[in-house]
Amino acid sequence: MVLRNAVHNDLYADSVALMRVAARLAGAPGLDAVSLVMATPANREVLADAGLLGEEGRSAAPNDLIVAVRGTPDAVEHALAEAVTALRDTGGPADGPQESAPPPRSLAGAPADADLALISTPGAYAAAEARKALRRGLHAFVFSDHVPLDDEVELKQEAARHGLLVMGPDCGTAVIGGVPLGFANAVRHGTIGLTGASGTGLQQVSTLLHAMGAGVSHIIGTGSRDVSEAVGGLTTRAALDALAADPATDSVVLVSKPPAPRVAEQLLARVGDLGKPAVVCFLGWDPAGVPVPPGVTLAPTLYEAARAAAEQALGHPVPAEPVPSLPAPPPARRLLRALYTGGTFAHEADLLLGPALGPLDRSAGRPGAPPALPPRHLVLDLGDDAFTAGRPHPMIDPAVRAAWLRAALADPAAAVIVLDLVIGHGAAPDPAAAVAEILADAGPDRPAVLCFVVGTDEDPQRAGDQRRVLREAGAEVVGSSTQAALACARLLGGVQAAGLPAPRPATIGGPA
Amino acid sequence: MTPPARPLLAAPPHVVNIGVEEFAAAPRAAGATVTRIDWRPPAAGDTRLAAKLARLTARPDIEAANATALRRVLDVQPLWTDVRPAGELIPELAGERLLLHAGPPVAWERMCGPMRAAVVGAALLEGWAATEDEALRLAGSGAVRFAPCHHHDAVGPMAGIVSASMPLMVVEDRASGLRAYSNLNEGQGRCLRYGALGDDVMRRLRWMGERLGPALRAALRSLPEPVNLRTVTAQALQMGDECHSRNTAASALLTRELGPALARHADLGGIEALDFLRDNNYWFLNFSMAASKLALMAGHGVEHSTLVTAFARNGVDVGIRVSGLGDAWFTAPAAPVDGLYFAGYGPDDANPDIGDSAITETHGLGGFALAAAPAIVGFVGGTPERARRISADMATITLGRHRDYRLSGLDFAGSPVGIDVRKVVDTGLEPVITTGIAHREPGIGQIGAGLTHAPLSCFTGALDAFEE
Repeated sequence: MVLRNAVHNDLYADSVALMRVAARLAGAPGLDAVSLVMATPANREVLADAGLLGEEGRSAAPNDLIVAVRGTPDAVEHALAEAVTALRDTGGPADGPQESAPPPRSLAGAPADADLALISTPGAYAAAEARKALRRGLHAFVFSDHVPLDDEVELKQEAARHGLLVMGPDCGTAVIGGVPLGFANAVRHGTIGLTGASGTGLQQVSTLLHAMGAGVSHIIGTGSRDVSEAVGGLTTRAALDALAADPATDSVVLVSKPPAPRVAEQLLARVGDLGKPAVVCFLGWDPAGVPVPPGVTLAPTLYEAARAAAEQALGHPVPAEPVPSLPAPPPARRLLRALYTGGTFAHEADLLLGPALGPLDRSAGRPGAPPALPPRHLVLDLGDDAFTAGRPHPMIDPAVRAAWLRAALADPAAAVIVLDLVIGHGAAPDPAAAVAEILADAGPDRPAVLCFVVGTDEDPQRAGDQRRVLREAGAEVVGSSTQAALACARLLGGVQAAGLPAPRPATIGGPA
Repeated sequence: MTPPARPLLAAPPHVVNIGVEEFAAAPRAAGATVTRIDWRPPAAGDTRLAAKLARLTARPDIEAANATALRRVLDVQPLWTDVRPAGELIPELAGERLLLHAGPPVAWERMCGPMRAAVVGAALLEGWAATEDEALRLAGSGAVRFAPCHHHDAVGPMAGIVSASMPLMVVEDRASGLRAYSNLNEGQGRCLRYGALGDDVMRRLRWMGERLGPALRAALRSLPEPVNLRTVTAQALQMGDECHSRNTAASALLTRELGPALARHADLGGIEALDFLRDNNYWFLNFSMAASKLALMAGHGVEHSTLVTAFARNGVDVGIRVSGLGDAWFTAPAAPVDGLYFAGYGPDDANPDIGDSAITETHGLGGFALAAAPAIVGFVGGTPERARRISADMATITLGRHRDYRLSGLDFAGSPVGIDVRKVVDTGLEPVITTGIAHREPGIGQIGAGLTHAPLSCFTGALDAFEE
């Protein structure tokens, strides 16, 4: 072990630079201690206290630099040489890429002209983020679910006070001025404004409008609970107000599962005041005794909602698509296995099939357990919380439905399997391929597979391509959720094509 | 405070994406501007506090209170007016065996090594004990009372021990009539504030009381005007100081200001003072602290204000005080310091974060002014870019910017001033502190310097205490 001091006359370096060099050198093997200091009296004293002041250093002047090194002779020699090199190494930007400005860590750091917060944090934080957005004057699209109902009500009341909208919580879709949020399809720009508490319902209606040649101005999702008694349709009303005031919107479609009765009546009345023709589809709502305002058409199904709205917008009749007939299954195959990813489709199927088939099984097995098919007709919403806990939504990850599809294909009692394929922004990149792969593995003796694709050819997955892949895999493909349910009703319940419920235009007569 | 809402459908939205990153793609592809938030659960994942934070966002009473508090902070003109023995300025120090210390309250039993050493040094200085052992026994017997400097409008770096005979500087604001105090800086190397003990340390402390204090007082009072520390600080920021860990320029400026007057008071110790100041690059630190304390005192006590008016460390605990929360401290265990060490020492030798000097950060200096002093970032192997980044980050947790303290590295933007409890909890960004490192054992002293932070839990604690 030797101690050496090297003195560099009139070499000034900042103390921090010196400490950095010392820290770099000190890591070498064989070194016990390294110190680089300007030789001020105070620093020489520090060196002396540390036992690092050698003879050379003792006589150094305050403007000199002392390099003090203790260690094995070789290591000390090396370190003294290195120290000079290290001090002359000025570093500089060439050492690495310049760091770019980091994104802000909270809403507070967002640009002042931001006006909509798209929130998909874990549900426990979503209400807080939405509240912060509202307080900063931003509208909120809250994709997150598991937000307490009280929070939803408070948020929507606060939003109403500030002239803001809270879409959600649990809002799946919106298209604002052509900008898609959450799950959304690339639909033609047009004059029909959509709103409602059903994400997949809005997607179905908007893509059907696209297919019928009509176009959409905006789609405003409200979140699944908006039309409940507790929330009272706060966002739906705000959305209707916004669409009424919007010069780009000529007519309005309101879609949801049945609202609470009081809310349904209020919303219906509000739709009648819009000053614009409107179609209302409260799936399964019984309007008995409620007057339907003039200019409002009540549509019983998603397909009819789209058709009525397209006729309003296009100004000419849109012929109803015939309900396809499926070949009769063998006698042992008599049961329905409808495996939906969209909750609204399950609800619509329940509504349309119930009268023909009697009560339907809406849940099967236990969450997380292997698929178990009941000896009854089955209509499942695989997007339900019970199936998605800890897993992605089946619209994002087709694997969630794969096990059920395999089980249904192997089920000797199954007559027909119904599958929805929702495409568009946010959805799985190729859901048809996932279905085709499983169908390829099934033997020739399998139930019929009836599919509908919710999307457009403008979507990244291209609806036409998806339908072709499904047909090539041996599936039947129909145009909508409504058609699929009605085809099943006819196949299994003997219901004729005329079973398609008719729309109820107010002009023809709402209930007296 | 909520700005008027732009109607939802008036124009394609400018989207802020919080959460799943993939959701940014579709609106962006459709031509919308999308700002990504680097989101993490606020309040360190406490959903109850996260919800409370949201309710306290953009609340008119809080915004108004903070505007008032910040205005008071920025309006302070810190004038160095006097140097006198602590016992004359804080009568309790003369009336009993009382010592002031850095940080939130701490009993003798819990004090860290360097602070105990400084207590021993102060007891020797005051003649309460003749030997170190005797001083230790005295302190342990309960015969000495301890109180935070902050409870007496004072601040002290590192151990921050102040006793009756130590000279204090007086910094005052004429408009508000407020006064703040700090002790005088002992210089580098072996110092009481770092817990060094020995004849050299005691000799210097005695000299400071007997010669330096009176010389400074006489010199200062012979000037036509008191020294405006705000001016000195503003200049020093243009010269590479951040006025916490780097005070080289400010110390030189202040020495220049006082030099001739000190020379004229050679009889009182003026020349000795000049010799001492020539070698003391930390001289201005205590002035920076006293001026900062004064400014934050002005901002303290505004009802509903979420402005942080003190961050202080005693080597065991650290704590903050908040304008609208009275005299309460919100504490957390002291954090380690990430830094560079003198030869022969390393992180295992280091005492956790200690000293009142972080009052400078609450005033927009130190870590908040790093963009003015890139050399300090070298303590953690950083770059000038990183220095700028830290100052920019700190601006996201403050209420405003200083009018006079300008940061060359940020194109002369004002230094970020006024830590808002809510913003710290919201972003999870902990205030960055530049600081020295003391040896954990008593009697050794400074062993390095580096960066540390004010722990988030101080801020979540304060938010929790806030009445809605």
